[in-house]
Amino acid sequence: MTAPKSEHLAILGARIHLRRAGTGAPLLFLHGAGGVPVWLPFFDQLSERFELLVPDHPGFGASDAPPWLKNIGDAALYYLDLLEALRLDAVHLVGSSLGGWIAAEAAVRNCAPFRTMTLISPAGLRVAGVPAGDPFLWSPEEHARNLYHDQSFAERMIATPLTPELADLQIKNRFAFARLAWQPRLYNPDLERWLHRIKAPVQLVWGNEDKLLPAAYAQAWMKKLPKARLLPIPACGHLPHVERPDQVVSAIRSFIRETAP
Amino acid sequence: MKFHAFHLMPYRHLDMAEAGKYRSYWSVLPNRLYDSAQGAELYQEYIDQLVLAATLGFDGVCVNEHHQTAYGLMPAPNLVASILIDRTRGMSTRIPIIGRALPLLNNPLAVAEEYAMLDALSHGRIVAGFVRGIGCEYHASGVNPIYSHDRFHEAHDLIIRAWTEPGPFEFEGEQYNFKYVNTWPRPMQRPHPPVWIPSQGSAETIEWAADPKRKYPFIITFSPIESVLRFHELYRQQARKFGYEADGSQLGWAVPIYVAETDEIAIRESEQHIEALFNNFLYMPLEMLLPPGYTSIASLKAILATKKGMTTTKQTMKDILAKGTFAVGSPETVRRKIEEAHAKSGFKVLVCMIQFGTLPDALVRKSTELFAKEVMPKLRHLGEGAAAEAAE
Repeated sequence: MTAPKSEHLAILGARIHLRRAGTGAPLLFLHGAGGVPVWLPFFDQLSERFELLVPDHPGFGASDAPPWLKNIGDAALYYLDLLEALRLDAVHLVGSSLGGWIAAEAAVRNCAPFRTMTLISPAGLRVAGVPAGDPFLWSPEEHARNLYHDQSFAERMIATPLTPELADLQIKNRFAFARLAWQPRLYNPDLERWLHRIKAPVQLVWGNEDKLLPAAYAQAWMKKLPKARLLPIPACGHLPHVERPDQVVSAIRSFIRETAP
Repeated sequence: MKFHAFHLMPYRHLDMAEAGKYRSYWSVLPNRLYDSAQGAELYQEYIDQLVLAATLGFDGVCVNEHHQTAYGLMPAPNLVASILIDRTRGMSTRIPIIGRALPLLNNPLAVAEEYAMLDALSHGRIVAGFVRGIGCEYHASGVNPIYSHDRFHEAHDLIIRAWTEPGPFEFEGEQYNFKYVNTWPRPMQRPHPPVWIPSQGSAETIEWAADPKRKYPFIITFSPIESVLRFHELYRQQARKFGYEADGSQLGWAVPIYVAETDEIAIRESEQHIEALFNNFLYMPLEMLLPPGYTSIASLKAILATKKGMTTTKQTMKDILAKGTFAVGSPETVRRKIEEAHAKSGFKVLVCMIQFGTLPDALVRKSTELFAKEVMPKLRHLGEGAAAEAAE
């Protein structure tokens, strides 16, 4: 494994932090609300076969917080601009949680640049009668415990010393997350009306023990995307790519092999 | 000095053992813990307490707005203000509403309209308070706290324009857009009712309130006396930067007050009730108190660094007394505490929270009467110039 290469791009007047690793077909990963504070084993494994691109969303991580970023649609259109700027017209798209939501919002606007999409427990839809967890109410400890099924991940997260840099990053990410997802909380009521516009093959990955977006949310996505493939992961929480990287990477690779060889 | 009686109207019959099972008395506290019959009686009791204060000679009786909480049962304070206006008809008592939480509203013109109505109904006795609401109220309303400051300023500008500029006119903002702004009725007080800004204090708000265009009285609420005095001083400094000297009438202190026959009796009678206010009714974890954007990132870091924010830590009567967040004691002691604070900052607006936490009716009435009869007359002259001091 090699360390990712870090660079900054200026798009729409904002400096955006982008990490790249590996060679192969381009694969864009859109992170969740917690950002990418550490380079994950999941990324190392993906970069063995793909040219992996991991940007920090505008407002998150080491990217600028541009004043024009007001809602999820701005984030989605921004990524369509970013792909044009990078001259990438055929990428595999993988998004986790908030990143999965941005991926879907981008694809309903223009699906042309996306060869396949793997959405890992994406936010964005609501399911009447099945309340989502509220990460804006959870304490840091509840946050850790509720994101993972395997509590050893939570223990490690809780035990990680909060350096001033990490604390600053968490605050920055939280502010950006609120900007995009405070109201309605974690969904866009208009999105479900337009999901049929996604023409790329879609795979959904969902932890059966997800406490943030319970597994019933996967069924809501399947209803709107009847041709999608669903990979439920038993004994797994909201972040399958962290808890089960091997399984998720192998699912992404075989999905891409079968649907976009 | 002007004296105002203030009420939160808490649900004081709350089953606190049961309520203690929840993370806060705000938003997540199940409303099955509210009993409608008891609630109806409380409204009567509390309104009568404020009317008592008016008849005892307080200059104003104040209401305020809170949502989804046992801490205060006035999600619509103008309804109570309108009752108080009628109950004090013919008197000169002011009715400050301190205040409406502007960012929580999708139509701030409703406040322009309602305040204008209250101003007419009271023949110009209202004070228009504007606040941003408590952090948790961004959970209660769904409004994105990221836009809290933007919405506050824009709503404020819109309301003032609605009161002072000939309508109809068009308002094009970032947060609010109206094709027609044309408020009927217009307020009775010209150019508009006095505006107060109650706050827990922030440099940005002080700079905005002290601006010569506004010179809004700044009322520091429920803070340790040191912070109150520090923010008063900051306001004075800011006014000097703007090239004028702030008057004491621009500085206010909102504080729970309890007066009894002796210090010992006052502390004994109020202890459990004031602790209930700070430790139960007002308690909320950081995630509820300071949602993202309610403060700037810089302010949030400063708050986290000093572990300030009394509503996230429990405190005993001893802590409360040491910090001076509560004016309690014999008439003599309470008078001295207020005099000492006045000597340091020169503030001339005292907002007395006459009921707090679980404090029962009989004690509220006793304390309010003692304060009005034995404390207030001896402090009236404060800040009112040499003539007033000589008369004393």
